[in-house]
This record gives sequence, C-alpha cells and structure tokens, in this order.
Amino acid sequence: MTTLLEVSGVSKTFDGFKAINNLSFQIGERELRAVIGPNGAGKTTFMDIVTGKTRPDEGRIVYGDKGASLLKMSESRIAQAGIGRKFQRPTVFEDQTVFDNLMMALKNKRGPIAALLYRLDQRDREKVAALAESIGLRASLPRPAGELSHGQKQWLEIGMLLAQEPKLLLVDEPAAGMTPAEREHTTDLLKEAAKTRAVVVVEHDMEFVRRLDCKVTVLHEGSVLAEGSLDHVTKNQDVIDVYLGR
Amino acid sequence: MARLMKAALLLLALSVAPFIAAAQEPSSIQQVLQEHRDAIEKSSRRTIGPAIDAIAASGLPQAPEVLRRWQEKELWQREADGLFFYAEEAGEDPAGEDLLRLFDLDQVSEVDVVPEDDMAQLKPNSGIRNMIGAALVRFQLSDPDPQVRLSGLDSISRDPEASHLTALRAAIVDEEDTSIRARKERLVRLLEVRFGEDTATRVAAIRSFAGDLGVDVRGALNPLVTTELGAAKVLPEDVAREIRPGKDTLSAEDAYTLLVRADLAPPLIDRAEQKSALEANIDNGMVGGVAIAELDTNAARDQAYANLAQAGIVDAVATESDLDDALAAHVFFERYTLDEPEIISAALDTLRSIDRTVSLNQFFDLVLDALSLGSIYFLAAIGLAITFGVMGVINMAHGEFIMMGAYTGYVVQQFIPDYTLSIIVALPLAFAVTFAAGVAMERLVIRWLYHRPLETLLATFGISIALQQLAKNIFGTQARPLTAPDWLGGALSFNDVVSISYIRIAIFVLALIFLGLFLLVMNRTRLGLEVRAVTQNPRMAASMGINPDRINMLTFGLGSGIAGIAGVAIGLYAKVTSELGADYIVQSFMTVVVGGVGNIWGTLLGAGLIGFLQKSIEWFNPSNTLAAQTYMILFIILFIQFRPKGIIALKGRAAEA
Amino acid sequence: MTDIPLSNKRPRFFLAANPSVLVFLALLGLFTLGVTLLSEGAGTGALSTSFVKTLGKTLCLCLVAIAMDLVWGYCGILSLGHFAFFGIGGYAIGMWLMYARTELIVMESLTSATLPPTSQEVSDAIASQIFGVVGASELPSIWVFAHSLPLQLLAVIIVPGLLALVFGWLAFRSRVTGVYLSILTQAMTLALSLYLFQNDSGLRGNNGLSGLQNLPGLDDMPQSIISVWFFWASALALALGYLLANWVISGKFGNVIRGIRDDEARVRFLGYSVEGYKLFIFTLTAVIAGIAGALYYPQAGIINPAEIAPIASIYLAVWVAIGGRGRLYGAVIGAAFVSLVSSWFTGGQAPDVNLGFYTIKWVDWWTVLLGLSFVLVTLFAPKGIGGLFDLLFHRHLIDRHGADLGPDQGSKREEETGQ
Repeated sequence: MTTLLEVSGVSKTFDGFKAINNLSFQIGERELRAVIGPNGAGKTTFMDIVTGKTRPDEGRIVYGDKGASLLKMSESRIAQAGIGRKFQRPTVFEDQTVFDNLMMALKNKRGPIAALLYRLDQRDREKVAALAESIGLRASLPRPAGELSHGQKQWLEIGMLLAQEPKLLLVDEPAAGMTPAEREHTTDLLKEAAKTRAVVVVEHDMEFVRRLDCKVTVLHEGSVLAEGSLDHVTKNQDVIDVYLGR
Repeated sequence: MARLMKAALLLLALSVAPFIAAAQEPSSIQQVLQEHRDAIEKSSRRTIGPAIDAIAASGLPQAPEVLRRWQEKELWQREADGLFFYAEEAGEDPAGEDLLRLFDLDQVSEVDVVPEDDMAQLKPNSGIRNMIGAALVRFQLSDPDPQVRLSGLDSISRDPEASHLTALRAAIVDEEDTSIRARKERLVRLLEVRFGEDTATRVAAIRSFAGDLGVDVRGALNPLVTTELGAAKVLPEDVAREIRPGKDTLSAEDAYTLLVRADLAPPLIDRAEQKSALEANIDNGMVGGVAIAELDTNAARDQAYANLAQAGIVDAVATESDLDDALAAHVFFERYTLDEPEIISAALDTLRSIDRTVSLNQFFDLVLDALSLGSIYFLAAIGLAITFGVMGVINMAHGEFIMMGAYTGYVVQQFIPDYTLSIIVALPLAFAVTFAAGVAMERLVIRWLYHRPLETLLATFGISIALQQLAKNIFGTQARPLTAPDWLGGALSFNDVVSISYIRIAIFVLALIFLGLFLLVMNRTRLGLEVRAVTQNPRMAASMGINPDRINMLTFGLGSGIAGIAGVAIGLYAKVTSELGADYIVQSFMTVVVGGVGNIWGTLLGAGLIGFLQKSIEWFNPSNTLAAQTYMILFIILFIQFRPKGIIALKGRAAEA
Repeated sequence: MTDIPLSNKRPRFFLAANPSVLVFLALLGLFTLGVTLLSEGAGTGALSTSFVKTLGKTLCLCLVAIAMDLVWGYCGILSLGHFAFFGIGGYAIGMWLMYARTELIVMESLTSATLPPTSQEVSDAIASQIFGVVGASELPSIWVFAHSLPLQLLAVIIVPGLLALVFGWLAFRSRVTGVYLSILTQAMTLALSLYLFQNDSGLRGNNGLSGLQNLPGLDDMPQSIISVWFFWASALALALGYLLANWVISGKFGNVIRGIRDDEARVRFLGYSVEGYKLFIFTLTAVIAGIAGALYYPQAGIINPAEIAPIASIYLAVWVAIGGRGRLYGAVIGAAFVSLVSSWFTGGQAPDVNLGFYTIKWVDWWTVLLGLSFVLVTLFAPKGIGGLFDLLFHRHLIDRHGADLGPDQGSKREEETGQ
C-alpha cells in the first residue's frame, strides 16, 4: 500500500499553547482511518493544517505520488489537489438548491473564466443525480439547502465531498447530532467511500468508531499516543490513562 | 581665552572712565556745557566727543534729557552770554518777530521769552547725533529699571548701529541681572559680527554663534554670504558654486537673460515677438521668401526671420533655437558679493552648524507636531476603539457624535460667557449628551444588527447623514466658534524653531487622560470585566448573571460619550461645523484598523503612526496638505496589505477563526 | 427563481431561460420609446430637455447600481469605492470632450490669424484655455491621449479596471474582508477625491471638468436632440449591463460568488480560488461603473472631485439596499426611485409642510428623512422595495429561526431569502 499523505514532525503553537507537538502521521491511498482523542488533543488543528487553513510552525507535509509539499499551497490549491474536508457543523450553501450545491462541488475546472463559460451537460446532470441518490436527497434536489434537516445537511455535505472526487477525505465528527438510523447510513457512506480513496474520520463516539472497523490513531496533547485496531488501542495503558484520568 | 580676557579688560576700562570723571561733581548741567562750550559751538564730529562724554559722565539727573533735546535740535544758545536753554516757539510779537520761550536746563522752568534772533539753535549733524544717541543708549542700558534696559536692548536689536557697540560694551560690567547681562553679551557679539573693529573680532564673533538657533543670528549672517549670479566663457576661480541652467534654480530663459546683460549674447526674440515681426513683413503672401501657408513650423519661421534679417529689414537677433547653443558655450556661477574670504568662510561654517542644529530642532518640532496630530486622531478614535475595537460595532455616526460634542460646547458658551467655566461645564455635558445619543442609538438600531456589521455600517450611515443635516438645519452652514480660555492661548516655545501651542498640549494631555481612563475602566472595574466577558462570549456571560443587553448599551454609551468630549477638544482647535465629524471619521477608522482592532495600545500606536506619517509627508511637501493626506491613505492601504490585522494583532485561535 | 434542474427541458438559450430579463428589457424598451416620443427633441415636447437628461442620468445610476448589486448583493463585498470608478469613467470621457471642444475653439480663433499656427502654439493655447483656472499653462502628462476619442474611450474601461485590479489584488490577497474591506475601499475613494481636489492633480482641481454637455463639432445640434441621443445610449448600456449581469449570475459563476458571499471558507475548501473570483467580479463591476460614469457626466455637463467623495459610494449602497440587494431589478428600482425622489425633494418641487409653529422645507429636511428611512429599511425591510415583488408572487422565507444564511459578514439574512 503506497502512502498518500505523510505528515512528519509538525508543530503548531497558539500563544504558547502547543496545539500540535511534533506530530507524525501517515495514511495510504485506500484506507479508512479513525482519529480519536480527548478534547484539545489537536484533532481539528491537525485537519486545519492539512487543508491549509493553519500554517504549522515547523514540520513537513508530503502528499501524493509526486511528493508535493502542502505547506506552500493555498486552501483552494490543496482542495484542487484532491483533499476534501467536511466540517464539524454542516456547512452547505443554504441560499442555493441542493442541486446547485452538488453541481458546484463536481470535479470541474475551478477558475473564474471556466465557471463563467461552464455549461451544464448531460454527464454532469447524471452525476449529480447519482450522488443525490446515494445520499438520499434525490427528491430534494430543487429545494434550497437551507430547508434541509440537520442530518440531511450532513449528508449533502458528504455528497459534495464525494462530488469533488477527492483522493483524501477528512471528515470531522460526521455523526454529531444524528439519529441511530442516520448514523448507520453515514457509516455505510464512509466505508463505501474508503474503497476508492483514503478517508480520515475524526470522532468522539467510540460506538461509531467501532462500527467503522478500521485502524485507529489516538491523539493526545498534539501528538500520536497510540495507533492500531480499536481493540489494540483501548488496551493501551497510556490511552486508558488519558481517557480515564490518572 | 586670552582674547576674552583682553576684551573684558577693555570693556572694564571703557565703562569705568566716565565714572572717574563724574567724581569731580559738577554742580549744574549748565556748568558742564559751559566747560565744553567751544567744542559744542564748533559742532564737529572730531572734537565733540569729550563734550558728550562729559555730559554723560556728569552724573546729573538732567544729563539724558539734555542729550535727548540736543539730539532733537531743541537746544538753543543765547548769543549774548553763551548760556544754553531749551526753547519752544512762543508765537510772534506785535512786530511780527518770531518769539521763543526759554527754559532753564537744570530746573526745567520757564525763564524768559525772547525774540528768535537773539538765539542760536544747536544743529548737530548726523554724525554727532549718532554719537549723542550712543551716549543716550548707554543711559538706557544702565537705567535702574530692568524694563527700560530690556526695551533698550530690544530697540538696538531691532535697528543695530555701529555706535551701539561701545555703549553696549560699557553697559555690561555693572549689569547685575544675569539674564539681561547674557542678552547684552549676546547682542555685543551680534553687533560685532557686523560692526567689529577688525576682521579677527568679526570672525571670532561669527564663530561664537555656531549652533545658535536665533533668527537674529541668521539675519546677521545671511547678508554676509549673499551671492550674485554671473556668466562667463570660462569659470573664474573665486566662484561660490557653478550652476547648470535648466537644472538647479536657474531656468534656461533666465540664464540667457544673464548672458544678454553681460553682453555675451545677442538679445533673444521670443516666439510671439518673432511672429509679430513676421506678420509685419508680409509681402504678397510671402514673408522673407517663404509662403505664409508654410509658416506653421518653428523651423520655417526661423528661416523666414533669418531671411528678413539678412535683407536688413529686421534686427538680427537670436531665436529660441540659438538659446541652447549660447547656454552651452558659457558657464554660470554664483559669486559672493562680499570680498572678505575669512569672514565668508567663518559665516559659512557657522551657518552650516546652525543649519545642522536647525534641522535637528525642526525634527523635534516635527515630532511635537506629529504627537499633537496623533493625539487628536487618538482622541477622535478612542471612542471608536471602544465601540468598534471592543464591541465590533461599526458606527459611521461616530463622527457626528464628535460634532454633537463640539456643538454642545458652542451652545454652553452661549449661556456661560466665562470661557474657562464654560469649558468645564461643557466637557461633562458633552459626555452626557452623546452618551444619551449613543444609548438611544444602541437600543433603537444597533442591537438589532449585531453580527451584521455591513448592515450596521449602512444603518449608522443613515443616522450620520440625518444628524449632519439636522445640525445644518439648527446651526446653519457657517462655522461656529468654540473659544478656548485665554490660558490656553499662546504657545510654549523652546527656541526660535521649536514651539507648540498650549491647546495642543491640552489635547495631548486629554488624550493621555483618556488612555489612562480607558485602561482603568477596562482592566480595573467590574464594568470592564463584564464588557470583556460579553464581547468574548455573550452566552457564557449571560449564564454567569451578566446582562449582555445592559453591558452593550453602557459600553456603546461610554464610547459615544468619549466621542462627545473629544468633540469639545477638537472644536477648540478647529471650527465647529456640521462636517467636523465627517472630516475625522475615515482617519479614525484607519487609526483603529492600523493599530489592530481590540487593543487600545494598538490604537495609540496607530494614531502615532498616522500622525507622524502625515506630518513627515507634509514636511517634504509643506505647501500641500491634501497631497499629504492622499499619500498617507495610500500608505495605510499598503500597510494593511502587509499587516492585515494591524500593528498589534490579536494572536491565537480566536484570531485565526 | 431556480430552474428545475433534473428536467432536461432547460432551454438552450439564455434569454428564454430567464424570462424576467425579457420582462425587464421590454419595460426598458417601452420606457425609452415613451420618453423619446414625449421629448422636446424628437416628439411632443411634453418632457423638458432637462428632465430627459435627468431620466438619462437616472438610467446611468441604475447601471452603476447593478454593478454595486453584483459586487455586494451577490458577492458580499460592500465596496465603498464604486462611485469612484464611476467618477473616473466620467473624468476619462470628460478629458476628451473638453480637449476636443477647446481644440476646435482654439483652431477657429487661430485660423483668423495671419500666420498659420504651429502645433506648439495650438497645444499651448489649448492648455492655457483649459488650465488657466488653476494657474497652469502646460498640458499635464495624463492628458497625452486626450486628443483621441478611441483612446479616451479605452481609458473609460482600462483606468477603473486597472485600479480595481490592483487594489483588489492587494486587498483580497491579504484576505481583508467584511467591514475592513469596506473601510479600505472607502479610504481608497477618499484618497482619490483628495488627490483630485489638488490643483496640480492635472484635472483642474476642485473646478473639475465642465462644459461636457457640448459635443465637439456638434454646436449646431440643439441640446434637446443630444439629450435624446444620450438617453438612448444610456438605455442601451443599461440593457446590455443588465443582460451581462444576469448572464454572470445565472451560471455556475453566480453560484460560486453567492457561495463566497455566504461562506467564503467553504468555497475555498471546494477548491475555488476565492480571491480570483472576487478580483474578477470587483474588476468587472468597476468597468461597468466606469462606463456608466462616462455616459452620466456628459449629461450632467460637469464633473468635479466632490462627486467622488466617499459619501457618494455609500449612497450607492443605500440605493441598492433600498431596492433590495441580491436581485438585479431591485438595484435598478432602488437607484431610480431614490435618485428621482431625491431630486424631486431637493429640487424644491416638493410642497413645504406647514406645522403651524414650524414649516418643513424639504430642501433642508429631505436628507434627514432619507437617512432615517434608510435606518428603517435596514431594520424592518431588509428586502427593500424588491420585497414587494415577493409578496406579489407569494414567495416564502426559509425558516432559519433568525440565523443568517452563512457565517460571513456579507451573507444573506434570513429575512432576505425568498424562494
């Protein structure tokens, strides 16, 4: 299995607080990975750094076959390079229809001129339809996204991520605020997605992680505490200490 | 040092001499005059000296009066007995003879009325009058009243003469007031620059002024190094500097005029004269053999004119095309008018050192100016630092609150004529008025638009134009005066270059007070704590029992109230108009943004930076404050590119979100 | 508003897909025809020439309002600089108008001279004619193209475009957004107007450029005819501008910029370069504003730096907000309504209101009324006049329990939605 993303020795300090401390992390091309950790472990900052929202103080982030460094790329360049991100709270364009949301996310040229001259063709129309089908929003396509329920927005956002056809998917607490049935659906979506790409899921909920059935990385105080199967890490004494308190 | 000693001894000798003479105690002034009667009658510059000295040295109280009257030709001599009297016209006797009324010199009482023919008027010539004047000056300079001495010094420095030098030197030794003595000594040196007995004295005097900032020094030195322009084929050796026409300060036209005046070039005919000369010589559709229709280029006109000149119809003169050649063939230079190289070089050295000191002091002056401008900006912006910086509410009507404060001051002055009292009343009243206005605005408008800063901007803009027009409707469009009390008039001047008006100092102090007040309220009071809590996390603050509504209202009121006080201060220094606030609003926002939102020290730095920047740009181009403002804003726009969060940026996760 | 995306019957042609555009163009056409027929120059004369000019100017203001709506209503950038671009367009065309007319006058006076003038004499005479008021007699270097209409027309487009490009690049690159960007654009406008106020700016300082209503070489043509020509040109420009703006917002580009308005970061994580889009729309609208200005000022006859003062740009935002931002016809209605009502009140036509103890003169009180009504619109009718159309067509709000549609400062408010 080849490595898709390699983070090595990354640190980030906010006002003296070390959010990320010499973190190293790897993920393969088609892999599902769960990242867990207590509050303040640096999960969200880690995602911010990979997606270019936050610049680390030191360290390297290498991505893709060509070994490109992400540190010099803007957020939009990183996204174009195939890294998609889902935020903790669902963020969709509420003023626009579900169709427009998905259509914007479709993998196409991203420049202003290209967008100006873009014409919706049959192929894209079908892609949107298929995506909508898979996230269960087929019937809601003409509705404004602002009218969707919380869970539907989460799915729409996942659908938008998939529409980008990313090589690496970063998902921040996808199951927050979902009913058990919705959670199950979400698990399936993520597992399905991981068959063709790398998916990193940040989650608090152990049940959800267990259902994902994948390798788990435990973060604590900005660095990796343990890594392995869920059973393996939950037996780790350090992890138990951190979660239960000493 | 030795030279100084010598000079001091000389001065001592000169000043003591008259008082030795005075020891003989003449009984009356008439007696003194009679002793020197021959010299006085002869009235010659060469011989009169002892007579004047004797009067001056007599120690009699009447002496200065006699000298003054003598100088003003009011002293007469009776031909019969040679006695001297003051006299004034007393009409005519029945025979038509002019009469004079005589007064005794010692008693200053009327003694007789005599026909004018019996009397001879003393008519000192200008040389003698100067000598008398010098003697009088000595009296003035030694007068027991320091005010008289000072005014004597003033009149000398206003209109210095060579004769004053001796008098001044004589008046130094027994001067007891040290500051007057210092002035006298300085004035002596100043007079020596111009009237020193020999070159060495003058050079020493000139050099002693190195680094002196006085305008009078520069006034005395500059004439020594005046230059005149000259032109020649080859550069003479004694020039001050060479000048290239077209560059430097000499335009090509002026340079050519110089050549013409020095008979080095023929007079120039300009294009307009050439044209009229050509027009005057039109001959059958041709001028000098060139068809009129072709005369639409300068070359063709030059040709036609040359043809006419050859034919002897017009004077052969240079045309503008010849100008460059003539200029290239000559050199231009400045030469000192004074022919004393030692003095010139001493003066140049001294002027250079003065220039250095002047620029240093100008820099200090600039710093003071910049500080005071900065404190005005700070004062205008500090309210914004609260409403915009702390609360994040963008209030475009902030400028109008400043204006309201200023008008409050104006209205108060209509009722309380005492300026000091009215300002003392106006400050809290302005705070109250704008506090109320701010609270009303927060309650009615702004609280519905929290988290919608762009809408807040537009809504408060609406209030801003309404308030401005309202002020126009109430107070009219003309500027209203807000007069500062007398003790705020005038300026504190450190020397002839550095000065600052008291009102600016007051504004600076006020700015400092507000800074302290702000820090106190924000960091040391319950209100400040609650304000910080509400702005950081309103929901959490609410759950801790703080009423965010009340806090927002109070904070906004406080920011607005401070704007009102700033208005009074600004009104004192600028005229009060309805546009007063609008003039400051963009700069105020810039101050807050440049400094870094949410940090009062940032606002302070921002105000300082903007003040310095504007004053520095004005310094480079003093005639154009508009340009200074333009460039300052451009600089700020660029500055924000590189420090988008201002000088003092908030750090941490909150800032990155 | 939105098409039914999955039916493949979406019309191929842009106009057919946007029937509202057709309605707008038809109304504009009818209005133009009506004004033409009633004008002094080409019809019954029921409308005075000055009123035709006012209407023509209003059309230009509608055009710049459309530009403002694109940049603010659709992209969320509250620019307080678009009236500066408008002014620059006016100055660019004004330079040619003034130069060309002065050149004609100078040539006429010089032909009667005995000798034919040299080119130097001509340009000196023009320069002293134009710049005598500011005590200069040489043509400043920025007037080097003033003799050429095509070049100055090019300047109408290029100068505002370039300024917007440079300014936008600087501002967007360093991620200045929200009110900071507004303040920055306001500062730019202030700097420009202060610069123009200087006598040595090369544009006649506070005298500005005047006599622009006279077209060079058309002295015989009465203003009544010229006003109709300009009215037509303004109407045409407004029609084209409306079409262009509608085309820009109805495609994917429109989706992206509306996305930027509501949630810029999200758009960025979709892989769109937000800065590029903002720069594009900022520059495009600056050019539209420049063109509008170039048509406005020949009808106004005079342009001076006061026109460019920051307050004018804020008024522009006010028009768009009163009309209803985020809908193009709203911007047109807002600009037309406010500017016409404004000139009615300030022109002294509005009857005074006698309260017994005080007589309200509208010349004095109109600004107060406008300011307050603007506050009321912002507070109670965020959709502006355009909201009336929503009532008409029974469009409903998205219920967001009072939350905005996105986290950004320019995002839509709940009350502004309507589907």
